[in-house]
Amino acid sequence: MTHTIATQINSLLAALILLSAFALLAQRKIMGLVHIFAWQGLLLALSTAVIGYASGEHHLYISSLLTLGMKVILLPYILYKLVHKLKIHRDIEAVVNVPTTMLLGIILVVFSYHLTAPIRELSNLMTRSTLAVALATIMLGMLMMVTRRHAVTQILGFLAMENGLFFAATSATYGMPMVVELGVALDLLIAAFIFGIFFFHINTTFESLDVEQMAKLKETD
Amino acid sequence: MILLSLLGISILVALILAFIGDWRYAPEVNIGGSLLTFIVSLVLALQVYHEGGSISGSAYFFVDYLNISLVVLTTLVSTTTAVFSRRYMRVEREHGRVGHWRMRFYHAMFQLFIFAMLIALVTNNFGVLWISMELATLATVLLVSLYRTPTAIEAAWKYFILCGVGIAQALFGTVLLYFAAERVLGAGGNALLWTNLSRVSSQLDPTVMRLAFVFLMVGYGTKAGLVPLHNWLPDAHSEGPTPVSAVLSGLLLNIALYALIRCKALVDGSLGSGFAGNIMMGFGLLSLLTAAFSMLRQKDIKRLFAYSSIEHMGIATFAFGLGGPIATFGGVLHMIVHSLAKSATFFSVGHAAQMHGTQEMSHIRGLIRGNPAVGWGMFLGVMALAGMPPFGIFTSEFLILTATMKDAPYLAPLLLLGLAVAFAALFRKVQPMVAGLVPSGQKPLTAANIPVFLHLVLVLLLGIYLPGFLANWFHLAVEILK
Repeated sequence: MTHTIATQINSLLAALILLSAFALLAQRKIMGLVHIFAWQGLLLALSTAVIGYASGEHHLYISSLLTLGMKVILLPYILYKLVHKLKIHRDIEAVVNVPTTMLLGIILVVFSYHLTAPIRELSNLMTRSTLAVALATIMLGMLMMVTRRHAVTQILGFLAMENGLFFAATSATYGMPMVVELGVALDLLIAAFIFGIFFFHINTTFESLDVEQMAKLKETD
Repeated sequence: MILLSLLGISILVALILAFIGDWRYAPEVNIGGSLLTFIVSLVLALQVYHEGGSISGSAYFFVDYLNISLVVLTTLVSTTTAVFSRRYMRVEREHGRVGHWRMRFYHAMFQLFIFAMLIALVTNNFGVLWISMELATLATVLLVSLYRTPTAIEAAWKYFILCGVGIAQALFGTVLLYFAAERVLGAGGNALLWTNLSRVSSQLDPTVMRLAFVFLMVGYGTKAGLVPLHNWLPDAHSEGPTPVSAVLSGLLLNIALYALIRCKALVDGSLGSGFAGNIMMGFGLLSLLTAAFSMLRQKDIKRLFAYSSIEHMGIATFAFGLGGPIATFGGVLHMIVHSLAKSATFFSVGHAAQMHGTQEMSHIRGLIRGNPAVGWGMFLGVMALAGMPPFGIFTSEFLILTATMKDAPYLAPLLLLGLAVAFAALFRKVQPMVAGLVPSGQKPLTAANIPVFLHLVLVLLLGIYLPGFLANWFHLAVEILK
């Protein structure tokens, strides 16, 4: 009984994660994006804890806490601080063609379901149906990185992708081995340090964080 | 124990260099640390040779004929690069391009980068392989932007973002690999170990492995700079300091390819078909042709050689995709000789650019008259890269071509076309730079010659005479990939 309820709660959380991925695609305010990212992390941590409880895989509690610490508290805090220091918290990105991007996003979701179909059939885990959502989150993060032109937004796309990867690991196999999860978290921490430095470099060199201006290195004939 | 000291030295030296800072003897410490790691890697190689096969240091590390060859190569090239960097960075400093803090950062990150590459090579765990690949990228991102010019920052940002997207695909592939492995080996850390996976590869589910390989190919293929995922590479390899270009082109690309061929071995075991091989051949050939034609229209000298790296990675990927003992042997040899020749050429290129104060090829002239060592070093390096006999790249390309004629004759003309265009492009661009009169404004320079000529002698030796034990060694490495 608890098993079915847990499965349903997990499906609901997966749907909300997917919704947050779409919200990231549509949001134009920088601060709004940071908030959505934090919410996505919270949903992820909740979902991991629910799966851990229902499956009896207690190492997932550690993963859940790690997610809570990194993606709900630490990273949004760093981003919040950076955005205020760079005085871009009121920035609104000029995004063209939100409807087209959304449409592309929907196609990517369908594609993800199609791609993961054989795995759903093989797996007997309670989370098998959410793997498609995880892949969709990765793809939507990628789409965000490609279509947006603001350095902070691109990084948020990158982090959303990482959320998708984490979700994929919990959905497909109840999480990766602990050493791998810790290693990935370490890499993410170093990456956060690097993009922090980068924001300042880009801002001082180009006087804005619009990466559109970085187009000197092109193949010229 | 030896394995731990192999990894320990570089991380220790990285910490020392980070804390002590830009002290007078920092370049010497950098050289010393790299040299020590190189010596340890030789001891380890001897041990592998005596124990005849593989050493697995607990569940975490393992060494066999294949990865120890690359470990020795990596530590050797990082040592010579450290020697080159001592003189090169001193000149850069005199030109005011780097200061106190950046030198400190540069040295620490250089050692961290070596550490990450060595872990990627000797780890037994596919998850850790991914983590260390990403660590190697992160360690070099800020080295690419070391000069803080607008183009350097753009290049580094592109490198960070595009490789981040790419490598994420590889992590998804690793998750799928774990999914397939867990069903055979059970949950837990053991299911991602190469030593276990290679044993049970025939039992892994083919549908999942096929999907996993597509993601792994895109992910590690991005890092290996394969077309069409190569966009970041010419920028990242041309905007950073030259020692960084040398290790990025010469070493990091090899590591990504190494990860890919390990994955391929598993997928082949599971599928029993040429699926993975065909994909790799396609990517390889496309990279070779695209890079060869792009080389024709380059103006910046370091971009020219960055494209040449894509070309050579394409050839090696093609060889591994083709499979079979001869092509795989050619592929392993190609990785090694390319790495030596490319880093040697970058050393000369770096000095040439310093002498003229620009990377524009049209301004670099009269190198042989101006500075014979730099001029000849560059000329011979380029001849080696272009595949002229008697250099080792000729041998490896010849082997690959022979295998292609036998197993896939319809692809041989395309392969030949790529090689010919690349040769023409290199020769046409480099000949005017080394020959002719010295232009006004060329500055004299004391070059670091030992690294360049040491590499070229090794490439030459591998071309004309492969000692029996070394040939045997490579054959045993090839066995592993079957």
